[in-house]
Amino acid sequence: MTTELPTLKAADFASNQDVRWCPGCGDYSILAQMRKVLANIGAEPENTVFISGIGCSSRFPYYMNTYGIHSIHGRAPAFATGLKAMRPELQVWVITGDGDGLSIGGNHLMHIIRRNLNVNIILFNNRIYGLTKGQCSPTSPLGHVTKSTPLGSIDNPVHPISVAIGCEATFVARSIDVYTKHLAHVLERAAAHQGTSFVEVYQRCVVFYDGAWRFTTDRDSKQNHVLELEDGKPMVFGKNRDKGVIFQFAKPEVVSLGESITEKDLAIHDEHMEEPCLAYLLSRMRYPDFPEPIGVFRDVDRPQYEVEMDRQVQQAL
Amino acid sequence: MSVTSEDTAKGQPRSAKKTVELEGATIRLVGDSGDGMQLLGTQLTNTSALLGNDVATFPDYPAEIRAPRGTRAGVSGFQVQFSSRDIFTPGDRLDALVAMNPAAMVTSIKDLRPGGILVVNEDGFTDKDLQLAALDSNPLTDGSLDAYRLIKVPMTMLTRKAVEELGLRAKVADRCKNFFALGMVYWLFGRDLAPTLRFIQAKFGNKPDIAQANERTLRAGWYYGETTEEFDSSFRVAAAQLPPGEYRNMMGNQTLAWGLLTAAKLSGKELFLGSYPITPASDILHELSKFKNFKVHTFQAEDEIAAVCSAIGASFGGAMATTTTSGPGVALKSEGLGLAVILELPLVVVNVQRGGPSTGLPTKTEQADLYQAVFGRNGECPMPVLAACSPGDCFAVAIEAWRIAARYMTPVMLLSDGYIANGSEPWRIPELDSLPKIHIEHPGPGKPGDEFHPYDRDENLARPWALPGTPGLMHRIGGLEKDQPTGNVSYDPDNHEFMVRLRAEKIANIAQDIPAQEVTGPDRGDVLLLSWGGTFGACTTAARQCRDEGLSVGHAHLRYINPLPRNLGDVLKRFQRVLIPELNLGQLRMIIRANYLVDAIGLSKVKGKPFTVGEIVDQIKQQLVTIHESS
Repeated sequence: MTTELPTLKAADFASNQDVRWCPGCGDYSILAQMRKVLANIGAEPENTVFISGIGCSSRFPYYMNTYGIHSIHGRAPAFATGLKAMRPELQVWVITGDGDGLSIGGNHLMHIIRRNLNVNIILFNNRIYGLTKGQCSPTSPLGHVTKSTPLGSIDNPVHPISVAIGCEATFVARSIDVYTKHLAHVLERAAAHQGTSFVEVYQRCVVFYDGAWRFTTDRDSKQNHVLELEDGKPMVFGKNRDKGVIFQFAKPEVVSLGESITEKDLAIHDEHMEEPCLAYLLSRMRYPDFPEPIGVFRDVDRPQYEVEMDRQVQQAL
Repeated sequence: MSVTSEDTAKGQPRSAKKTVELEGATIRLVGDSGDGMQLLGTQLTNTSALLGNDVATFPDYPAEIRAPRGTRAGVSGFQVQFSSRDIFTPGDRLDALVAMNPAAMVTSIKDLRPGGILVVNEDGFTDKDLQLAALDSNPLTDGSLDAYRLIKVPMTMLTRKAVEELGLRAKVADRCKNFFALGMVYWLFGRDLAPTLRFIQAKFGNKPDIAQANERTLRAGWYYGETTEEFDSSFRVAAAQLPPGEYRNMMGNQTLAWGLLTAAKLSGKELFLGSYPITPASDILHELSKFKNFKVHTFQAEDEIAAVCSAIGASFGGAMATTTTSGPGVALKSEGLGLAVILELPLVVVNVQRGGPSTGLPTKTEQADLYQAVFGRNGECPMPVLAACSPGDCFAVAIEAWRIAARYMTPVMLLSDGYIANGSEPWRIPELDSLPKIHIEHPGPGKPGDEFHPYDRDENLARPWALPGTPGLMHRIGGLEKDQPTGNVSYDPDNHEFMVRLRAEKIANIAQDIPAQEVTGPDRGDVLLLSWGGTFGACTTAARQCRDEGLSVGHAHLRYINPLPRNLGDVLKRFQRVLIPELNLGQLRMIIRANYLVDAIGLSKVKGKPFTVGEIVDQIKQQLVTIHESS
């Protein structure tokens, strides 16, 4: 429990620039939570840097009263790497999207994660290209009809969390733009983690792909389609918390809780498992066959790039 | 010939034959890539430099690590000129050529002067070797080499005999034969064995039998020269008169790395290098990676784009940031460079040019990236461009590039090329205290209530370099056009034009801050040789040679290409003819014509090889003929 009150408020992290996202865009919610989280964790504006690429989400740094670079398409992780290498004491956030981070910038995303620089990457996943007005993105579903895919997309989508785990990520989490409390909690966890924190946020694009994440927001059914992960707890979900997940033969399976199966038969979440197999299996659970997990998939300790780099320099001195 | 083990313990043997004094000599060692020719050449160069000769080198090797053995494509060569005078090139014509096989010989023989010494490994001229070299007859016997002093030496056999007591496998023993060739060259040109003996100990010390085999072979080569009746005398090249100081034989990539490091020291900065391996620039990354003790942070990025972007990130954080590459890498970096221009952050970008376009000729030299350097970005995107002229000059140009970058808050393109990057010369190590400091200021914490304007301008039109971590100066920069002076995003048409013009003016003004262009030789006259980059040595020597013949030839060598020196237009007008030799199809020539409306004449060469002095002299004389005909 903290006894000191934070000296700054969320509003202190707002820049003087008008926010120019479309009304109803999920980005507003993420921006609001970010400002709140920075205030909560006692971040100092002068020691905080936001770096983004290109896309709607990448306008984010302009709206923060911190240091920031709105860079070029896909390359934000590379800017963050150079900055962090020379200024390890700064708290660096990378803001990216499904196109910026996974398409044009896929290579940099892979490498910053494997190097485990101590930065926080927030990937806004709206499953569409918004700023260029509605082409399919690497996370658009198969068959998705867009301006560039009038007969439906024939590109298999990638799953951001699976990609991050494949790159040896040490912290992987997911949240949803409108799950404000959950999102704030995940951002705080990401900030606290030493090493690259990768956070996928399901984000609504009201103009070009409204409804991409409707299964997570539908008042009546959302609880049946979202599994909130809690470390050390059984994987229970459902409106009446009457469903659960078990793993059989390295595959997830949804079961109904009742007399034959109880909570103690369910899979127990473990964020700190050394091998990322559980996190990976969770990342494969997709709507509508499975509830989609949110929360922290994985949180392990590994050496951080800038710390190792500095160690080599210090040893040579 | 055999060498006893007592011999190996001795130092430098003494020749009983007479010696002939030479002013200098040009030698090329050629063999298969992987035969150790680059190693031999480096040894010969360093040994000559230690003798006090001025030296200039030209390594030339294929892009393949181990190209097909014995073929012409697989030939690796190393040319060195050493002299008792100051020299600027590795020499046009060879005084001696050492060839380990027919393919190597046949690809170099045209460069050997008539009467020059041709040493061949006779054992490397079997029918199979001739076939691999695509030769129908054996040049050693068909009379085609009659113009040269041909010395056939069964090096493989002699090497095996020299090491037979050591009981090495034949393959291992044969690998020593390059040292036999080197030993002969050392005898022939009076070189000291000691530096190479020390090198052998250092390199192979943990494999005593290999060290001993190489040592014995080196000595066996030396004794062969002493014993064989083919040579009745050896040559001596006296030490050159160089200004006093501590010298070190340095390759251009090394001096460039040292220059970057020194620039960081002079400006009180830590150096960050973001780089991706690429020929012929990688050695800068290798060299700087050794200097962690000077707080150098080297980052081998995942690609060229990440290399430049990481450097920009480091620059934002307040480091001296640099990225090093070659032309294809600059192509990939160009979006990042455009960002650095609009962000107005300092950065040094090094392009060690190679043959293009595309992958082109990775291991060969060219100057064809000048347009890319000056123009190769989208939008109105001016960037200062500097070019180094010699291996040693890379040091000074690196420091100057950073001075300009930091003072004007701009990326600076530094052009080197494969020829000066891999070439070497004795370089006088400067005293750090003798070099001017580079003054850099960062604004301090802002006062509460004050608004910070990241695009305020100083007298140089440079904006403040405000660093993260400074309270009250929080600001956001980005690739979108920015409002002057707040730095906020602006789509205002007038503001855009204002900013475009301002960025152009800022770079153009650098002309007032760089030295006026100097001319060597007459400052007015018939022909002005105008050159840039790695052609410096050939052009300097050619102009000198012409003046020695009484011709009216001035020489201006450009270090600054963007902006050009403020007096260059006047310089050009004082000569009847401007001749621009370039290893491209006339890129500087077009820039000169466009800027000064001067009808400059071009001399182009795009063979992946540097100019010879003779090629330039010939062209100067042709120009003189046309001048005199027209007058």
